[in-house]
Amino acid sequence: MSEESKNQDQIDVDINLENTVDSAAKDEPVPEEVSTFRLVATLAVAGALAGLLIVLVNLHTKPIIDKWKAEQLQLAVYEVLPGVERYDTFYLVNDELSAELPSGAKESEFKRVYVGRDEKGETTGVAISRGESGFQDVIMVIFGHDPVSGKVSGMKILDSKETPGLGDKIFKDMDFVDQFFAGPETPLLGVKAGAGKGQPNEIDMITGATISSKAVIQIINNAMAEWKPVLDKGIPRAPVETVSAEEAP
Amino acid sequence: MRTTTPTQDFVRGIWKENPVLIQMLGLCPALAVTNSVANALAMSAATFFVMSCSSVLISTCKRFIPHEVRISSYILVIATFVTLADMLLQAYAPVQHKELGAFIALIVVNCMILGRQESFSSKNNPFRSLLDAIGTGIGFTIALVMMGGFREIFGTGSFLGVPLFGPNFEPWVIMVLPAGGFLTLGFILLAMGYFEQRKKTKAGKAGKAGKAVEATS
Repeated sequence: MSEESKNQDQIDVDINLENTVDSAAKDEPVPEEVSTFRLVATLAVAGALAGLLIVLVNLHTKPIIDKWKAEQLQLAVYEVLPGVERYDTFYLVNDELSAELPSGAKESEFKRVYVGRDEKGETTGVAISRGESGFQDVIMVIFGHDPVSGKVSGMKILDSKETPGLGDKIFKDMDFVDQFFAGPETPLLGVKAGAGKGQPNEIDMITGATISSKAVIQIINNAMAEWKPVLDKGIPRAPVETVSAEEAP
Repeated sequence: MRTTTPTQDFVRGIWKENPVLIQMLGLCPALAVTNSVANALAMSAATFFVMSCSSVLISTCKRFIPHEVRISSYILVIATFVTLADMLLQAYAPVQHKELGAFIALIVVNCMILGRQESFSSKNNPFRSLLDAIGTGIGFTIALVMMGGFREIFGTGSFLGVPLFGPNFEPWVIMVLPAGGFLTLGFILLAMGYFEQRKKTKAGKAGKAGKAVEATS
């Protein structure tokens, strides 16, 4: 901070010399003693006002931001699970899937999957989101998993700061993305583009974006390793209240 | 009194004392987010908002800010507006917000904004400070859009997302990478320095010629 302010003073002096050649002396305030209390009070009042302002704006923008995020997630779930009518969210509670959270628990603390249902309420796929380190920062991916065949039914990047022009091909290069929609089997195996042996679990990685491509493949493999034992225990049917509403007639 | 007029306050920052190209301030965003014109514009808009608001507020409150804590107070004001800009962008322009990522928060440490507060807003009335901030903001926008334009045209072959060349154009990927930012800035400064130099040489020759004429007559 001291170095920064020193630099700042340097800049200040330079600019002052150019802008206010004749008035520099006049504008210089006569240094007077200011009590420590006044210094602290000024900063405290300014800080409190700043905090208040931020809280007020946050109250206004938070619902809009949350709504947008929820919409993005919803769109992503429908995109990676083809042919899904609606989906239910299940949380991982004590290594089991549960639609309800233990009482008093915070929603954000639990891992979750989104279970897609067709119009009859049958499970058609599971959407799982997960993040792993990419080249720049954590890449967040959501992908669809078909519990019957064990295949990947789709993949979408939710969040990535990968290098524009290289790493961002993981979501801009459709040749790469479409491989996940072609239903590869898990665990995925990343291969150099064109060097594959035609195995059903091969994904051609992007030249120049090997780390980013590997990260996407790792995310799916790690997520499957984590969730497969849980999903194999059986996915709960649609929650009772929604079933009765849907199937009663 | 002051020798500058309000018009001068406004115009000065646009080109003659352009914050990026002449004063070399605010280079971090100028290098980091100018890989496309859209990003450059969003960054400029956010910076513009923060600078205008901070300038007006600081010049209004300058009497209450003791000299000893002025830098901390300026930073506090700037940081508040950056946080507001961050939340508003996220709410109303989520796509741009996603692209700009961490760079929004880094507006706080943009020397250009702090520099304007310290050297201008703290000594002038709110109206002049606003003019100064708008002028500097326009100058910043010009510099960023210029860099973003060059980098997007060469790096992705498009301008504002509209493809300019046929499908046979091979993008110079380096231009959208950080190295391209340094190269672009370097070439822009080189060109500006060259023309400045030429202008000076011409002016010098003209001056000498004028003196020679005077001497002979």
